[in-house]
Amino acid sequence: MPEIGLNHFLVLSAILFSLGLFGIMTRRNAVVVLMGVELILNAANLNLVAFSKFNGTMSGVMFSMFGIILAAAEAAVALAIVLNIYARFKTVDIGEIDTMRE
Amino acid sequence: MPNNLPEIIEQVKLSLGAFVPEISLSALFLLVITLDMVLNEKRVVIPMVSLVGFVITGFFTWQQLDMPNQEYFLRMHVVDPFAVFFKFLFLGAGALAVLITMDSEELGEKNVANIGEYYAVLIAMVLGMFLMASASDMLMMFLALELVSISSYILTGYLKHQIKSSEASLKYIIYGAVSSGLMVYGMSLIYGLTGQTNIYEIAKFISANEVDEVTLTLAALLVMGGFGYKIGAVPFHFWSPDVYEGAPTPVTAFLSVGSKAAGFAMLIRFFKVAIPAEPTGELAFDWVNFFALIALVSMLLGNFAAIWQSNVKRMLAYSSIAHAGYLLLGVLVADDLGTQAVMFYLAAYTVMTVGAFYVVILIANKIGSDDVNDYRGLGKRMPLTAAALTVFLVSLTGLPPTVGFIGKYMIFTALLGKGTVFLTLAIIGVLTSAVSLYYYFKIPLNMYLRESEDGAETPMESSAFANALAAFLMILTIGFGLFFTPLANFAKNSVIMLVMN
Repeated sequence: MPEIGLNHFLVLSAILFSLGLFGIMTRRNAVVVLMGVELILNAANLNLVAFSKFNGTMSGVMFSMFGIILAAAEAAVALAIVLNIYARFKTVDIGEIDTMRE
Repeated sequence: MPNNLPEIIEQVKLSLGAFVPEISLSALFLLVITLDMVLNEKRVVIPMVSLVGFVITGFFTWQQLDMPNQEYFLRMHVVDPFAVFFKFLFLGAGALAVLITMDSEELGEKNVANIGEYYAVLIAMVLGMFLMASASDMLMMFLALELVSISSYILTGYLKHQIKSSEASLKYIIYGAVSSGLMVYGMSLIYGLTGQTNIYEIAKFISANEVDEVTLTLAALLVMGGFGYKIGAVPFHFWSPDVYEGAPTPVTAFLSVGSKAAGFAMLIRFFKVAIPAEPTGELAFDWVNFFALIALVSMLLGNFAAIWQSNVKRMLAYSSIAHAGYLLLGVLVADDLGTQAVMFYLAAYTVMTVGAFYVVILIANKIGSDDVNDYRGLGKRMPLTAAALTVFLVSLTGLPPTVGFIGKYMIFTALLGKGTVFLTLAIIGVLTSAVSLYYYFKIPLNMYLRESEDGAETPMESSAFANALAAFLMILTIGFGLFFTPLANFAKNSVIMLVMN
């Protein structure tokens, strides 16, 4: 068994990041797009914690804790907005929520 | 950095003295929330309280002018003339946003039952901008940017019963969340490369050690995603036309001046400090050429796409994309002259854009439309308002004798004598300004030279207060265009940014 090193974490976080970005670009459901955003944020958190562990400073851990809190705050506002959108449009498909383009 | 608790507490105590404007804004936020709960009649009291609070905060900010350039709160927060200049700008923009909200029928009693929270969130947004302008740590930059963003999502969707406003807020939060996610990922890579989150330490590390260029470029591009979305530059601009059109107009005005200025403040500080030129004159990551590309595309796309718009708010959205391009021209010069020009232009942009949106509000109050074809014959029906709008549009185009002309002139002269690339950019900037003349002047053309369809000529002037505010902004636009020295000097003295210490 090889020891788990920094690169393992970085590869995992890169995969998470790519999955998140892929989800954002391909999915049309607003809630699923927001899940993609969460994946990206968690990829960043994983990066921060891994770097923090391997270079011995604590600022990465601190950064990631604030990141988690902000992700929650953002998700709260985002879901409130999505709920409101559902009340107005009866759908959360971002392709159909498009009344302004000329 | 101190490691034991008493020392940290001591540092925080020392830093509080440099945090008075922010504390005052936080207190104002709490006060407004409380007043919102206890008062019955809020439509006049709460805006007045907010304005008084802004004035008091302005006084505390003014006291910071003599403070030494220093980092506070364990190197999270800087107080320097650069930050103070932007704080004044945000207070001015915030106060104008409060004033123009009071007159907006869109946010009037018929449509919005509870307006108290609106002002509270607006104050929170100003607080976030204050922190953005003085953040010296990537963590603080992220937090401040999110404070501004989350407040602005709420404000954009404030008319939740209206389809347009709800749609705008959804688009805004999706684009905003994605770009801030990209930015945090970029920041995590920078932290991995350098082991630091403080931008001065990052700069020190980058100039002392070899860092992997590809990773640094990738990280800087990702960070630029977050900043570019805030300033509304191509290719991070997709949200702005829809959000500008859908948001309540006072919010649009505040977004286009406040968040853009805050984004520029942070962008300038981050790129000038964290990724400085090496002694050889080479950049660790060549952001100058990268910004040149973004600025070029923003100017072209913003100005040409605006030609086809018939909704005035949407047209101003594309014009704001173009203005982000002009402002980036000033940033990419990367010397004090350019930064000074950017700061002057942002102040000018605040006055003229808020003015233009205010007139759009006044007209929409009367005719209930933002469409340029409905503006026909308004020159006769609302003479003062139409005249004010014309002045603001002249200024946005960048023609004398307005403040917009001086701003553009300063930016383009900062580009001269720096090489052919910069000269070409300046020439393209001037040419695209000429294009902007075409779409801006569609509005006065409709107002003055075309009759309204039903032939109505009855005058419908706004209230005396509205006229006074429009006239005040018009006088500022022309006044600063003729007597620009004080403002230019203030910008010049504020360029001093806390560099490596």
